[in-house]
Amino acid sequence: MKRILVFVEQRDGQIKKAALETLGEAQRLGEVHGLAVHTALVGAALDAAAEELSTHKIDRLWLAEAPALRLYSPDGYTTALQHIAQESGADLILFSATSMGRDLSARLAERLQAPLASDCVAIRIEGKRLEAERPVYSGKVLATLELMGDGPYLASLRPNVFAAAAADTVDPSRIARVDLQVNETDLLCRTAEVKSAAGTHLDVAEAEIVVSGGRAMKGPENFAILQELVEALGGALGASRAAVDAGWIDHQHQVGQTGKTISPNLYIACGISGAIQHLAGMSSSKIIVAINKDPDAPIFQVADYAIVGDLFKIVPLITQEVRRMKGA
Amino acid sequence: MKIIVFIKQVPDTATKIVLAPDGKSLDETNVNFVINPYDEFALEEALQIKDRDPLTQVTVISLGVERAQNALRSALAMGADGAVLLKDEALLGSDAGATARVLVAALKDVSFDLLLFGKQGVGLDQGQVDIRVAEALGLPHAGVVVKLEIDGGRAVAEREIEGAHEIMNFALPAVVTAQKGLNEPRYASLKGIMAAKKKPIEIRDCAALGLRADQVGESGSLTRIKKLSLPPARKEGHKIEGDPASQAKELIRLLREEAKAL
Ligand SMILES: Cc1cc2nc3c(=O)[nH]c(=O)nc-3n(C[C@H](O)[C@H](O)[C@H](O)COP(=O)(O)OP(=O)(O)OC[C@H]3O[C@@H](n4cnc5c(N)ncnc54)[C@H](O)[C@@H]3O)c2cc1C
Ligand SMILES: Nc1ncnc2c1ncn2[C@@H]1O[C@H](COP(=O)(O)O)[C@@H](O)[C@H]1O
Repeated sequence: MKRILVFVEQRDGQIKKAALETLGEAQRLGEVHGLAVHTALVGAALDAAAEELSTHKIDRLWLAEAPALRLYSPDGYTTALQHIAQESGADLILFSATSMGRDLSARLAERLQAPLASDCVAIRIEGKRLEAERPVYSGKVLATLELMGDGPYLASLRPNVFAAAAADTVDPSRIARVDLQVNETDLLCRTAEVKSAAGTHLDVAEAEIVVSGGRAMKGPENFAILQELVEALGGALGASRAAVDAGWIDHQHQVGQTGKTISPNLYIACGISGAIQHLAGMSSSKIIVAINKDPDAPIFQVADYAIVGDLFKIVPLITQEVRRMKGA
Repeated sequence: MKIIVFIKQVPDTATKIVLAPDGKSLDETNVNFVINPYDEFALEEALQIKDRDPLTQVTVISLGVERAQNALRSALAMGADGAVLLKDEALLGSDAGATARVLVAALKDVSFDLLLFGKQGVGLDQGQVDIRVAEALGLPHAGVVVKLEIDGGRAVAEREIEGAHEIMNFALPAVVTAQKGLNEPRYASLKGIMAAKKKPIEIRDCAALGLRADQVGESGSLTRIKKLSLPPARKEGHKIEGDPASQAKELIRLLREEAKAL
């Protein structure tokens, strides 16, 4: 292998944190195996993003800009990336396992007739092959996957698992523009509009700290207790399916099998029993705190810190402690 | 409209997972197999379109082994009009790329307006087959869809992304993959279950699909499961005792000093 290409996701010109984590892993692999690290930015009006990215230790930044690519188009972005993949001669193409990364990587893999490992928590180069580790069966099993063939190999990496790349010095000479003609009428499918969910809260999939509530919350109004802790900690609000199905909170917040799979630094489960489908979404969190009345709740089997007790009493006290700590 | 829904039979998520002696597969002895939950959302969406326009034809297709007939039978009981099982020894071990190749082969000479999939098959959670099929056929796709509107030959789909929804526009025929929230899957009625017993399930092998054995199964796949293992056990948790106030204090102290999470 010679070259790694990292797809760097941006939205509205903002580079995603997950993309810098993927870049960090690419740099690590690059150093160990002596591989060049290229990056790709796709979209419109990317000057600021390109400048930011050029502060990172990379060998080349490929820039594919077209007004028609301002918002995500699966086929439009695939075509742009196919170009860059060819120009760069990459044999390993990495994505972050975000909504866009998972979608785009699958389409590009098919176009390049290449193997793809989705949502990996570890990748290794073994001789001419790529080995990828990914959680399967609700996180109860870890699968080691071998990618074969002549390359390129594709993989998407789970957010919040890999250490992010650190900025270096600005080097605009790293930037190369790809000559790309994409018109709106060429696109099979395009985004007409992005509708932000109510408020501009941090998404559970992107937060470093997540506080979740379950059936024990008893009603939508009580989520305010958790929201206060979320705000004190600077995190995101999550929920079990029971709370979502009851209509107390939007599905966007659901963690688990049919919700989001997340790996925050800190996950605080409040009044959640810990059903296997819930664990599927959060058991790879780094630190897990569980607060539950029932000492036998299965959530305690994965918890690093266990508090048996009434969340309605304990959570406000924790919020107070956090405020005191931050105030100090 | 002609709609095709792709369904995969998967282990029930509540199943206790036991690894087979080869270290690469599951011991299926006590596994309860069901329709992939996301595929149920896909099927329900097709049936709702049929409810509004009774001329709609809904066909379900699955690549699988003999027991996948049960999944197809359940889909027929829910209201699908026809079912096809793609079954051949040579298909065993197909990865996402090879599976997509087989599904594409099954669509040759078939006319359709809409292909519906789940956003991912639970268990392996790859989320690839659906999008690979779209690309192989040169069709638009919208993934992880929570709302779908079809009007004439065009569709508007709302797809879930981090903290927002993307509204996507495209023409039919197209691929749409279903996310929870798209609808509430119906239960099969007794009448549906009785009627399903009489509906035939068409079975097609590689020869009928026009596929050579080396294009599918392990020999047609570029990924292979090398090993399945149990994830490292989390270390024993720390129980925090005391009254609520001291529990809260101690938790914050531990998170700061021991876990360094704050
Ligand atoms: C196909 C499928 C997919 C699924 N997908 C998901 C998914 O994505 N996410 C998900 O979460 N679930 C999912 N589920 C549902 C899952 O099986 C559970 O039903 C669900 O997680 C239970 O939610 P809960 O823990 O909030 O509720 P419960 O299981 O009812 O637990 C409530 C807990 O709160 C505790 N409690 C009550 N009062 C208090 C109090 N005052 N203080 C402290 N503790 C209290 C109780 O002791 C109990 O442990 C799925 C199920 C299926 C079949
Ligand atoms: N063996 C299969 N038979 C029919 N459809 C499948 C099969 N495998 C995957 N699919 C479809 O592709 C979607 C994504 O699957 P996957 O890429 O395995 O996560 C599923 O939700 C199904 O709709």
